[in-house]
Amino acid sequence: MATVQDIEIRDSAARTAAAVEALEDIQGEKMVLNMGPSHPATHGVLRIVLELDGELITKAQPDVGFLHRGDEKIAENMTYTQFIPYTDRLDYLAPLANNVAYALAVEKLLGIHDKLPPRCQYIRVMCAELARISSHLLGLGAFAMDMGAVTVFLLTFTEREKIYNLAESLSGARLTTSYTRIGGVMRDLPPGWTDQCRKFLEEVVVNINEMETLLTRNRIWVDRIRDLAVISKQDAIDYGLSGPNLRGSGVEYDLRKNQPYLCYKDLDFDIAVGATGDCYDRYLVRMEEMRQSVRIIRQCLEKIPGGADNKSKEPINVDDGKIVLPSKQKVLTSMEELIHQFMLVTEGMNCPPGETYFGHENPKGELGFYINSRGGGVPYRLKIRSPSFVNLSIIPKIFPGCMLSDTVAILGSLDFVMGECDR
Amino acid sequence: MQTQSEIGYNSKIEGDVVITRIDAALAWFRKNSVWPMPMGLACCGIELMAVGASRFDISRFGSEVMRFSPRQSDCMIVAGTVTYKMAGYVKRIYDQMPEPKWVIAMGACASTGGMYRSYAVLQGVDNIIPVDVYISGCPPRPEAVLDALIKIQNQIGTEPILSKMNVVAQLTGAAKS
Amino acid sequence: MLNLDLANQLKAKFGDLISEPVEFRGEVTLKIADAEKIVEVCEFAKTKLGFNYLVDISSIDNYGEDPRWTLVYHLRAIVTGAEIRLKTDVSEEKSELPTVLGVWATANWHEREIYDMMGIRFNSHPDLRRILMWEGYPYFPLRKDFPLAGKPTNVPDVAFTKVTPLEGGPFVTLPSSDDAIAREPRVRVPENAEPGISDKRLVGNQLK
Repeated sequence: MATVQDIEIRDSAARTAAAVEALEDIQGEKMVLNMGPSHPATHGVLRIVLELDGELITKAQPDVGFLHRGDEKIAENMTYTQFIPYTDRLDYLAPLANNVAYALAVEKLLGIHDKLPPRCQYIRVMCAELARISSHLLGLGAFAMDMGAVTVFLLTFTEREKIYNLAESLSGARLTTSYTRIGGVMRDLPPGWTDQCRKFLEEVVVNINEMETLLTRNRIWVDRIRDLAVISKQDAIDYGLSGPNLRGSGVEYDLRKNQPYLCYKDLDFDIAVGATGDCYDRYLVRMEEMRQSVRIIRQCLEKIPGGADNKSKEPINVDDGKIVLPSKQKVLTSMEELIHQFMLVTEGMNCPPGETYFGHENPKGELGFYINSRGGGVPYRLKIRSPSFVNLSIIPKIFPGCMLSDTVAILGSLDFVMGECDR
Repeated sequence: MQTQSEIGYNSKIEGDVVITRIDAALAWFRKNSVWPMPMGLACCGIELMAVGASRFDISRFGSEVMRFSPRQSDCMIVAGTVTYKMAGYVKRIYDQMPEPKWVIAMGACASTGGMYRSYAVLQGVDNIIPVDVYISGCPPRPEAVLDALIKIQNQIGTEPILSKMNVVAQLTGAAKS
Repeated sequence: MLNLDLANQLKAKFGDLISEPVEFRGEVTLKIADAEKIVEVCEFAKTKLGFNYLVDISSIDNYGEDPRWTLVYHLRAIVTGAEIRLKTDVSEEKSELPTVLGVWATANWHEREIYDMMGIRFNSHPDLRRILMWEGYPYFPLRKDFPLAGKPTNVPDVAFTKVTPLEGGPFVTLPSSDDAIAREPRVRVPENAEPGISDKRLVGNQLK
């Protein structure tokens, strides 16, 4: 017996309608993409979980903490001087600046941060500004390299090698300098350093000009980052941004001008402030800051008390045996210095009980140290206010609405470093 | 300098023919094109970038191609502090690298945990992956990294490759049949 | 001085809730008696006194004292440059206080970090989860009774931790203003003497 089969052949319109219905389920789905911790363009170990609708980002959740090394807990178990090498490794692109920031914070607690000898202040300003040039060079070099302009990266590294040479002759190490001490600096400028520095400044200006011709008016560069991830003034203040990110959004706030420390009052320099707050503005702010840093270092080289070779024996440390290690000759011959040396090495300097916060204008933003001391040579609580940690918190706000390929541009323009963010 | 596994070639005498052991030829190819996978985690990553830049050119040694994709690289250079949070990812990326692979632990933090003796830092990356060369320094000078690369190259140069491949072929052949 | 004037204005508005301003090294600190009122104080500071920038929120573990937690808020007025520090105490049983996320958006990550490191909760925070350590990590590392070397944990497929070899260290003095003999580092008992507590002098609930 023949079985009856019902075969339904739908007409083309019905088939299309059914297909669209089936597709709609997929079209509505968003894709979750993991921009993992090991990624060439995330500038360190940052993980961002992106929710994408095609190429458009709808949500972004950064996941930090892959470089959390426990610095704050370590600080509660180290004397103030022993913690200096850990500060190098916070923002490892500008270690001299971190050293200066930490030393100033502890000196504020001791009450001597405005009583430092002038030569020491000028040396520290030069260190901080060299670190600023070094950090911006690498930040912009990595930014450009991630966008495809690999030449810029190699150009900036040539100049950074010269800064490494300067740092090495100054402190003995290329990258992790540990140069400042509480109450002064480790040692004076070596002979010939100022000439080397002057020569470097001339060359770096040539290099910055070359970078400028390659990038600033480059059609592709401008098209890619103009009007991208605009951060309004209100948002920048609300989210606690600092440094070039804050100034790129139009807020005229620079700790060197608004809360001057060291000898910045005597130096003549300008602050770069952006107009719109997009990635292009932040790039321009960093370029201009490098030029201003060159200007500052040139003035320091002219004005430094004692000159290049310190023939007049200007002091570079505060003259207080309870804070600064005395010279070895005195230690081996005199009783008082021997006791000072012993106390400083075994217990650290006796800080008064109290609390201070000191914010320093680091290349990435405001690096602040909040020290809560209960007396003795070890802090009771040391909190590191890291600019990169705060700058990254704006990612969930500015990523949505951008394309996937814009993520690299935005991360490069924010210029953060994970060592500082995770501490 | 000429050892038994080196290639000796004099075009006047031998014409265009080279006679050598397969192991020597394969080793020579492998060691002069070690593509590193830079696991740049912290400050040592910056020195690794300096090694790749023009002053301490790593491409002289054949390692210019710094592939961030583990599937296309030979040697993983762990540069920086490995925290416990990152450890699982480092292991995962190591597992994704195809054989033959080598690991350089660059710097004090990757070798033993460095000066970070705290609750969050893995005390040496050799707790999770096998390491071939350790570089000391915090961060090590780029010359030290190049020295480590040369040590790896020498190690590759003396590896018995063909016999290993035969063993693998036998094992996989036995598994199939 | 600008900081002191603004602090006095804040005290005038809230009366007994806020202590007298204390000045140290040019900075003014105010203590808020009730942690629940922190949002009102911060809103007043932001809208009326111009403190529109939250620099930092820190947490301190006063181990052995009650209340155990102290939270420190650093406020700054961008326009005038004035700075002020607000401190408030939270007891260990409660370990909770309202979030100031509504006043400054930057408080989001600061408070997540305080929760991660100290275990202080912020009610009405939209997304209070760990930020530096991983989800499922059972301890709060920055507490004083958590050892520097860490404790062994295992969250499968996420991360594991082991105890770091400290060889009896850290060999350093305690923070205190006793005389030098009491602060001597070698007086300290090594870590493995008392489980979880790195110094015997902490046991008596008194950091001498």
